[in-house]
Amino acid sequence: MTFDDLLAMFVNPELLERYGPRFVDGLLVTGKLVAISFTLGAVLGLLLALARMSKSQLLQRLAAGYIYFFRGSPLLAQLFLLYYGLGSLKSFWQDVGLWWFFRDAWFCTLLAFTLNTAAYQAEIFRGSLLAVAPGQYEAAKALSLKRSTTFFKVILPQSLIVAIGPLGNELILMIKASAIASLVTIYDLMGVTKLAFSRSFDFQIYLWAAVLYLLIVEIVRRSLKHIEARLGRHLR
Amino acid sequence: MTASLSLATPLPVAQPDPRNVVVNIQGLNKYYGEFHVLRDIDLTVHEGERIVLCGPSGSGKSTLIRCINQLEVAEKGSIRVYDTDLAANHRAAAQVRSEIGMVFQHFNLFPHMSVLDNCTLAPMSVRGLSRQEAEERARFYLNKVGIENQAGKYPSQLSGGQQQRVAIARALCMKPKIMLFDEPTSALDPEMVAEVLDVLVKLADTGMTMLCVTHEMGFARQVAQRVLFLDGGQVIEDSPPEAFFNNPQSARAKGFLAQILH
Repeated sequence: MTFDDLLAMFVNPELLERYGPRFVDGLLVTGKLVAISFTLGAVLGLLLALARMSKSQLLQRLAAGYIYFFRGSPLLAQLFLLYYGLGSLKSFWQDVGLWWFFRDAWFCTLLAFTLNTAAYQAEIFRGSLLAVAPGQYEAAKALSLKRSTTFFKVILPQSLIVAIGPLGNELILMIKASAIASLVTIYDLMGVTKLAFSRSFDFQIYLWAAVLYLLIVEIVRRSLKHIEARLGRHLR
Repeated sequence: MTASLSLATPLPVAQPDPRNVVVNIQGLNKYYGEFHVLRDIDLTVHEGERIVLCGPSGSGKSTLIRCINQLEVAEKGSIRVYDTDLAANHRAAAQVRSEIGMVFQHFNLFPHMSVLDNCTLAPMSVRGLSRQEAEERARFYLNKVGIENQAGKYPSQLSGGQQQRVAIARALCMKPKIMLFDEPTSALDPEMVAEVLDVLVKLADTGMTMLCVTHEMGFARQVAQRVLFLDGGQVIEDSPPEAFFNNPQSARAKGFLAQILH
């Protein structure tokens, strides 16, 4: 077997030429999907964490119930529930004017991913907020800082240092879990991989996908390291 | 060291009038669950008065000054600060709190902010000062406590004594009328106690109304006009330092002094 044969087993130029552009598209779709849902999930997660820590019993219970449900059931089941379950109530959504949303796989996937990651991120934020020393709240009170100033200027920056590690973990898990979007007709990285394989029956397509996922995760890992160093610059 | 620091320009505090009552506490009772921390406390503090609170651990001295700053809420009794009843009007109480500065045992500086930012945050967001005004004020007080040249550093880069001096400067940047100190030197290494006490003495010279929980009896003798001895949540003695140290009335105060004065 020549070197060229060996190379063709892993990176066949012909296949690459045919499916390469699709992979670029898939990569972008995966990136967009994860970026949007993770960001929205962070906002929702932070609100849920605050609700879980609030003095109101009702808010506490609602947030706890939400987190219990979304952490306790598979993401795949949640996605199907949204896309096939809620999507089957066509006339209802048409009546309330939301059919454009629930008939679209892209929106449903975004929603499912956002709701799911929010539950995990809520627990991360809650833990990291509890990790801030009580003396910090007291100092802020003694200085008469408003509650919003206390939260955004004093508490949140300190809790983010604690949260960044687990948040990165969650982001990496999300990137890989996003592959299930391909099951509801989304042509994300996994979607284009399945398409390319079903046409070429060449296993190297899956190898490409694996390497590309690895690549995204590596980029994320490096960025996180950078952010972590920046957030913790007072600790050096 | 701060010994070299001169206080040529006095800290800008208006001349105190000892006839003014700034804090008036009546029948204060506070519980932590079943534990009765403060029992029927009555206390009147006049403007410019310097009071040292001492007593055994758990006697309620910290709780008492924390109540004045609304970090704790008492179950019974009233606290009036500058004629504002803290329990009556939430908004007025918040207003009056901004006139009270507090220094904690463990400094409680904001670790993610530089020394300068620690000092400018509250004046900018509470008092509405511009960044420039706030920084000017911060540098003034950092200079007073002898650490202006560390303004760009983070708290973790400073020694304990320096951190506590920053905490004092941070509180002073709000130009408070009353300063509360909750064991300001208890968490410090012995060689750093002096530099912090030095700042407190200079602050006392400006006429600031001060309530200080401390076991630094030398400091109490030098600075305080009244020493309050608390035990079991009650004020057992309230007398000038000379009388307290030379001729304590209660057996408990005698025992306490015997323990801490070697």
